[in-house]
Amino acid sequence: MAGFHLHAYESALAERLSAATANQEPLCLRGGGTKDFYGNAPRGTVLDLSALTNATPAALLAAVDYEPSELVVTAPAVLPLSALEDLLAVQGQMLAFEPPRFAAGGTVGGCVAAGLAGPRRRSTGPTHGGLRDFVLGARLVDGRGRALAFGGRVMKNVAGYDLSRVLAGSLGVLGAITEVSLKVLPLPFAETTLVQDCTEQESLALVNGWAGQPLPVSATAWEAGRLHVRLSGASAAVSAAVARLGGERLADAVAAPWWAMLRDQQLPYFSGNLPLWRLALPPAAPSVGLDGLQFIEWSGAQRWLTTSLPASVVRQRATALGGHATSFRVHDRSAALTPGVFTPLSPVLLAIHRRLKVEFDPAGVLNPGRLYPEL
Amino acid sequence: MSLARLNSFIGIDAVGCTATVQPGVRNLSISEAAAAYGLYYAPDPSSQVACTIGGNVAENSGGVHCLKYGLTLHNVLRVRALTMEGEVVEFGGLAPDAPGLDLLALVIGSEGMLAVITEVTVRLVPVPQLARCLMASFATVTAAGDAVAALIAAGLIPAGLEMIDQAGVRLVEPFARAGYDMDAAAVLLCEADGTTTEVAEEIERMSVVLRAAGATRVQVSGSEQERLRFWAGRKNAFPAAGRASPAYYCMDGTIPRKHLGAMLTAIQGMEQEFGLSCPNVFHAGDGNLHPLILFDDGDPDSVQRAEAFGAAILEASVRFGGTITGEHGVGLEKLDAMCAQFGMAELGVFHAVKHAFDPTGLLNPGKAVPQLHRCAELGGMRVRAGQLSFADLPRF
Repeated sequence: MAGFHLHAYESALAERLSAATANQEPLCLRGGGTKDFYGNAPRGTVLDLSALTNATPAALLAAVDYEPSELVVTAPAVLPLSALEDLLAVQGQMLAFEPPRFAAGGTVGGCVAAGLAGPRRRSTGPTHGGLRDFVLGARLVDGRGRALAFGGRVMKNVAGYDLSRVLAGSLGVLGAITEVSLKVLPLPFAETTLVQDCTEQESLALVNGWAGQPLPVSATAWEAGRLHVRLSGASAAVSAAVARLGGERLADAVAAPWWAMLRDQQLPYFSGNLPLWRLALPPAAPSVGLDGLQFIEWSGAQRWLTTSLPASVVRQRATALGGHATSFRVHDRSAALTPGVFTPLSPVLLAIHRRLKVEFDPAGVLNPGRLYPEL
Repeated sequence: MSLARLNSFIGIDAVGCTATVQPGVRNLSISEAAAAYGLYYAPDPSSQVACTIGGNVAENSGGVHCLKYGLTLHNVLRVRALTMEGEVVEFGGLAPDAPGLDLLALVIGSEGMLAVITEVTVRLVPVPQLARCLMASFATVTAAGDAVAALIAAGLIPAGLEMIDQAGVRLVEPFARAGYDMDAAAVLLCEADGTTTEVAEEIERMSVVLRAAGATRVQVSGSEQERLRFWAGRKNAFPAAGRASPAYYCMDGTIPRKHLGAMLTAIQGMEQEFGLSCPNVFHAGDGNLHPLILFDDGDPDSVQRAEAFGAAILEASVRFGGTITGEHGVGLEKLDAMCAQFGMAELGVFHAVKHAFDPTGLLNPGKAVPQLHRCAELGGMRVRAGQLSFADLPRF
């Protein structure tokens, strides 16, 4: 059985990345390849990060450092995300940010590099937060071929700048993640899903009202006049909230797969042919009011929109509402969006981004343009 | 440059559950203002009466409730700041997942090195209907540490989870009269919050686990007054240390919780070695240890021994896989300890981060990150994978 040796893996990776820097060879860093659709179109030679080791799945699992009572797990970046989540589930724990998988085969490193969170993102209590909120530490190899370690394996750590969290959502523009430490949490004792009919306005008022009260809401989802609410926590808290919120109870056997399908964008809403936009807004923002179909999550903070409207119209509306819009998925990538799929940065922020990029990737060969054309 | 008078409230958004304030606003006053809406700001460092939100952002402050509710990092949505070049910049935002790299994560805990904070928007959370606290005594520190692990293993995330060792109990009890068991080797405080039924369910589960883990005494707060009395001891540990000794030196290492017993044994050894006593209070839920080294600041020899004692604790924290500072920051005092925790390459990147935000290096110069030659002088160079990094750097 081929084992997994982190330092050997990092050495091999460092050699490859240094060579790319020396040769000015653009690379497309890829874990499981499940999120090629996300970000600006990948460019450069594909570097399959999983292929740099011949470790078996069992050997990768053996390299995981996990003590459930510490609420921390440290895993190689090339470990399949599903393997990590299965390992946690056996111990009654989970990644509270409920990362989308989209398809089978994604890796832990790809999950962190994409920085995406699922339905539980704006839950109440300890499970609140996006992916970056659960990152405790990370190792990476950068374009200079340096193996670097930031953060750690403990809950509280303010020594040095928090670069491990900067890697969350960095889309590989600073380097290839080789190992991550994540905070994990216990699975809720009880979970129930309620469904009720309401208009978009009514649902926004409801979910925002609940957010200000001590209720164990762990996810909300509104589409086409139907609002799904998931409650998670102590049994007593969940049953009390069920009585208070009202609505029709969804059978557990139906509810869990439904939320997983939402997480992975497998619900019918996500299968259309129109461009899919992700609007991140202050949760209490009013209705987006643009032509198209919406799917609203995170108590109003995440609003999906399928529409044929021009990018500038969608962006302007998101900005006017105090948020930002990402062109999340399009069927035809040949016509590249200008100036890119993400909302442009202010000149001051862009200047800071560029200086950081130069430090980690002086030749600009790591996932060039994937996050912003200038990076 | 004092920011203390930038102390205005910009506003509270009760529907969006946020408060926007200037950096000089005190931590506790945010919760006081939000109380009218049934909301509060969760991170509650012991100094919350006096400390400002700007300082909390600079240090990524924690508090006794951060296992469940997170640190400053998890509760700040947006920071408005001025760069050293005088340009206004916003990190994060009211909408989740601000575009680009998560620079807000860099700014929080950056000790004023990157930008001058002028406005902070924090997340507010609903005030729980009820909180109740369990106070449990243990015959050994290891048993108390195991009890913490057992609580977590049982799927419980207490709202607060604190430990005080016997020396700590004997230090604070005469001062705070919290009702702590003076004969216990360690006292554990474990809090549940939420709705009345939820708290009842959690307290029951917690009591069972603590008893099974060998607690010699378990007491549940019967009233809000009693709950506050349980906490009064823990929250007054620092003033009590100040009363019991001419001076004290508070350390701030964080370690994986499983090494708690070994760490406290190591500290006991150091008490002998340095001839100073060191009671311990401990954010048990997240492994953040606050040893209080008692010394005499009028005696240069005592001061020197206290500093050496502190450095030894930090080195032990790193050795146990932890960090030299959980929430108090590096400043100038722990620059040397940074050399023990990080390699030259990482320190080089930290300087580059500083440069990316503040190219002329004028904000808080010399703090938080040691110059590379300082580590070389200390001999704190780490050899990684058999290779000495920066082999061409002169060592003297």
